[in-house]
Amino acid sequence: MLFDPLARLGRAGLGVLERLGRAHRLLLAILLGSAEVLLRPRLLIAQLYNIGVLSVLIISVSGLFVGMVLGLQGHYVLARFGAVESLGLMVAASLVRELGPVVTALLVAGRAGSALSAEIGLMKATEQLAGLELMAVDPVRRILAPRFYGGVLAMPLLAAIFSAVGVLGGFFVGVGLLGVDAGAFWSQMQNQVDFREDIVNGVIKSLVFGVVVTWIALFQGHDCVPTSEGVSRATTRTVVLGALAVLGLDFILTALMFGD
Amino acid sequence: MSRERNLEILVGAFMVAGFVALFFLSMQVSNLSLGNAAEGYQLTARFANVGSLKARAPVTLAGVRVGRVERVTLDRTTYEAVVALRIDAEVDNIPEDTFANIFTAGLLGEQYIGLEPGGSPEMLRDGDEIMQTQSALVLEQMIGQFLFSKAGGDS
Repeated sequence: MLFDPLARLGRAGLGVLERLGRAHRLLLAILLGSAEVLLRPRLLIAQLYNIGVLSVLIISVSGLFVGMVLGLQGHYVLARFGAVESLGLMVAASLVRELGPVVTALLVAGRAGSALSAEIGLMKATEQLAGLELMAVDPVRRILAPRFYGGVLAMPLLAAIFSAVGVLGGFFVGVGLLGVDAGAFWSQMQNQVDFREDIVNGVIKSLVFGVVVTWIALFQGHDCVPTSEGVSRATTRTVVLGALAVLGLDFILTALMFGD
Repeated sequence: MSRERNLEILVGAFMVAGFVALFFLSMQVSNLSLGNAAEGYQLTARFANVGSLKARAPVTLAGVRVGRVERVTLDRTTYEAVVALRIDAEVDNIPEDTFANIFTAGLLGEQYIGLEPGGSPEMLRDGDEIMQTQSALVLEQMIGQFLFSKAGGDS
C-alpha cells in the first residue's frame, strides 16, 4: 500500500518504454518489408494519391496565405528600417527553412496522418488485418509499408509546393499590393538564399518529418485498442504526438543545421 | 481501368508539381548556379580583427561576388584570425599582391571581404595566402577614437 503510487509510476514508465519498443519493432518490420513496395508499385501510387494528391489543395491554399501574411508583416517591420527590398529574402528564407517543412508536416499529420490511423485502426477492429494474416499475407508489408513510403515521399514534395506557392503569395502582396520593387525582391532573395544551406536542408527536414509523422500514424493505428473508442483515441494521439514530434524535432534539426 | 488510369495521372501530376516547385525554389529563389558547389580554390588571409565576419560571407572583387568565406579560425600562436576563402574556379587570375579588406555593406549591413587586385604578374594558386590585409573597422572603436581625439584637441 505504501508503495502503490510508486508501483503505478513504474507501471506507467514501463508502459511507455514498451510502446516505444513496439513502435521501433514496427518501423523495423516496415523497413524490412520495403521490397513489397518495389514489387507492387500500384500500392504505392494509391497511397501517394491518398496522402499527396488529396493534400495538395489544403497545402497550396495554406502556403498562399502564409506567404501573403509573411509579405504583409515583413513589410511592416522592414519598412521601419528602410529595408523593404529585403522582403523577398525574408519571405523565402522563412518559408524554405522553417514554415514550409513544419506547417506542411502539421497539416499532413492532421489531414493524412489521422486518416491513416483511423483506417488501420478500423482494419484492426474489424479484424481485416487478422484476416490478411490468415491468408498468409503479411499486413505489415501489404498495408503498412506502401503507406509509410507514400507519406515519406509525399512530404518533401508537398513542402516544396507549400514554399513555392508561399513565395508567390509573398511576391503578390509585396510587389503587387505594397509596391516593393520586383527586381530587388527577387535579386535579394537569390543572393542570400543558398541552395545547399537553405533548400537542401529544408528538404532534409521535411523528409525527416515525413518519416516521423507517417510512422506515428501507422503505429497508433496498428497499436490501438480495437474498439471504436480505441480508434478515436489513436487518431487523436496521432495528431497530438505528430505535432509535438514535428515541433520538437524541428528545434533539434534547426540547431544542428543552422545553429552556428 | 479508367479509374485506375485517372489515379495514376493524378499522382503523376502531383509528383511533377512537387518537382516543379523544388526546381522553382532551386533556380529562382536560391543562388544555385550549377557546378560551383564545392569547386573553386582556396586562399587564406590573416587579419588582426575580423569584426563580425562569418562563414559564407561573400568575397567580392570590384563589387562582383567571386567567392565565399569558408571558415574563420584563430591562430593561437599569433592571435590572428585566419580566414579561409573559397574562390570560384573561373576567377583564376588574382595577382599575388592583392589586397584583402573587410568591408561592411551599408552602415549596419553584414561584413564581406573585398579584394583589390595588385599588379604582380604572379597569380595566387590553391592554398596560397593573401599577404596584405586590412582589418575590419569596428564602429565602436572608431567612435571611441574620434571622441578621444576631439577631447584631446579641445584641451
